Amino acid sequence: MTKMEENALFEELAEMQTPGLDKKTGRIRHIFGVDKNGVLRGLLRNPSSLIGLVLVAVFILIALLAPLIAPPINNDPYQIPRDGYQYEPQPMGSAWLSNAPAVPFWYQPLTGKTQWIHVLGTTEGQYDIFYGIVWGTRTAFRSALIVVLATFVIGVLVGSISAYFGGAVDQVIMRVVDIFMTLPFIFAALIMAAILTPLMGRSPFPSTLALITFGWMGYARIVRGDVLTIKERVYVLAARASGLRDRQILFKHILPNAIYPTLAFATLNFGEVVLSFAALSFLGIGTQVGYADWGQLLSFGRNWIMSLSNYWYIIVWPGLVLVLFVLAWNLIGDTLRDLLDPHSKN
Amino acid sequence: MAGYLLRRLLLVPILLLGMTVILFGMLQFVDPVARSALYVRDFPRNDRQVQAIIERYGFNQPIYEQYWTWLAGKVDAVSGTREGGVIFGDLGYSRTASEPVIDIIKERFPNTLDLTLWSLVPVFSVGIWLGVQAAVHQNGWIDHLVRFFSISGTSIPLFVFGLLVIMVFYTKLGWFPPGRMSDWVSQLIHAGQFHQYTRLLTLDALLNGRLDVFWDALRHMILPVLTLSVMSWASFVRVTRTSMLETLRADYVTAARARGINEKDVIRRHAKPNAMIPVVTLGGLQVVSMLGGVVITETVFNYPGIGEAAATAAQNLDVVTVLGLALFNGLILILANLVVDLLYGFLDPRIRVSAR
Repeated sequence: MTKMEENALFEELAEMQTPGLDKKTGRIRHIFGVDKNGVLRGLLRNPSSLIGLVLVAVFILIALLAPLIAPPINNDPYQIPRDGYQYEPQPMGSAWLSNAPAVPFWYQPLTGKTQWIHVLGTTEGQYDIFYGIVWGTRTAFRSALIVVLATFVIGVLVGSISAYFGGAVDQVIMRVVDIFMTLPFIFAALIMAAILTPLMGRSPFPSTLALITFGWMGYARIVRGDVLTIKERVYVLAARASGLRDRQILFKHILPNAIYPTLAFATLNFGEVVLSFAALSFLGIGTQVGYADWGQLLSFGRNWIMSLSNYWYIIVWPGLVLVLFVLAWNLIGDTLRDLLDPHSKN
Repeated sequence: MAGYLLRRLLLVPILLLGMTVILFGMLQFVDPVARSALYVRDFPRNDRQVQAIIERYGFNQPIYEQYWTWLAGKVDAVSGTREGGVIFGDLGYSRTASEPVIDIIKERFPNTLDLTLWSLVPVFSVGIWLGVQAAVHQNGWIDHLVRFFSISGTSIPLFVFGLLVIMVFYTKLGWFPPGRMSDWVSQLIHAGQFHQYTRLLTLDALLNGRLDVFWDALRHMILPVLTLSVMSWASFVRVTRTSMLETLRADYVTAARARGINEKDVIRRHAKPNAMIPVVTLGGLQVVSMLGGVVITETVFNYPGIGEAAATAAQNLDVVTVLGLALFNGLILILANLVVDLLYGFLDPRIRVSAR
């Protein structure tokens, strides 16, 4: 998603008010319940979001069962095992000559063979593509979880404090948000990688940190909009009149009712974060060479532009997996946006 | 309107200050040897030289003084020449590219701009057309198709799409090569037979009356332009569709229909012009977001713009170069956003009124 699109989305999300009861339980039932207008039910009924949910479920399964699907051989399972050091990629189905891991449980019943092969071929330097894709699923989920959680917490804190206190506090905080938005994210990530890599070696850490530092502003804006509308409600005024502390009012009375659009945005963001993470790896500033990561696998393709018609499998398979992953979240997000948006019901 | 203008203009220095503070803050994590590239060409050779640089450029001074030196540079007391100073356009020296950072920008930004401007053509024309069609046939098969198209567009990463089109259109078919120009064109430029008026290659080719050069430049740009467009189409279509749907429900459109104007004219003359207001703004923002998107696109297609320079510098851990390019990009972004906001206020009377 481009920054522009994000903005459009923030506006859409910021404007919408979740229908349903004001009481917390009512909201939760509305979001997760299976009643007639429930969101979960809506997601299951819509064919496109159903496809998305199924895809996400498959990816979760792959991530959980990674050691069974592609048994590791190295001490660090995220290091893709290499079959020798030959430069030229090997085609799909070629035999695993040296350093072969154990044959996974599904292989023999399916093919009747006992010799483990490179199912999807190897990249340059003989990294196994199939292994990289399977374990890369874990990398994707892990980085997305960390980034989404961290940006969500930061964004919600900043946005709600800004809206709740209003006035000068709001002005200052929102200008800081504006400032963070002036730096193109990808440039910021490039700087961070160039600074942090000498300090801590090549690792997923610099790109993760960059994604967090320059990714929380969207959440802050959405939450701010919702807190602004809810803080004028009668029950909040009542809470204030009864002498509760600001912290209690904000965290116990306002946020529980203001947080759902932001939660929806967080799910939408899952695919987005994985995409950015892969893009940074592709640019050569993410994980170290040979780390099980989709962007990393794709970046090998850059050296083979002249002969991609022979070595198509080094970009098509990792690319396909990445597209399916992002598509799954986008399909869910698209339906979710419609379900939560009262305008679209007319 | 005046109040709105003033407030919006006041925001610019705040944003600039904030951006430089963030970038300068990042610089604090860099060791003095690498940081010295801000002021001097060569790596300091020994500890004594390092020490001399630290003292000369005040790396041991309080942080606000260092910030000021970084911004305004340091004037040599004897010769009166200025070293460094980002506000004077001296962004330091790129040790990996062996030239001043500002020269990288001068050389490569026209290429990036050329690419970005050309990308607007398909984005605007196809994006608006699809969006209007989807709105006019709401919930029809065109609408569903367009919607599917825009979701897929957002789901395909730029670099995956880029690699795939290279595979098909270059490796397989050999139609559109990567890079910026063919060898014979660069020889032509080196030989001085091709006058570079604007440094935008396509425009220069037309000004020189060289249609063959123009075609060559275009041939190299078609794939990156397509890649950048795919990134933007989705949001363009969505905004056009929503805006058009809203306008079609407006009272004055109903009134136009009631007057018996045929539907085609209602759409073309009455609904579309007003529905285009947010779309025009989006176009401006699109240029802005493309300037970020070019990093990946240029890298995939080996296109010599500032994005590719930034990616290469980052891979070589050349912080000063990336930082300089980011600063320039941030500046462009702030100015472009300003223009877009002012344009929006100008185009949409509702904003003018509410801002009073």
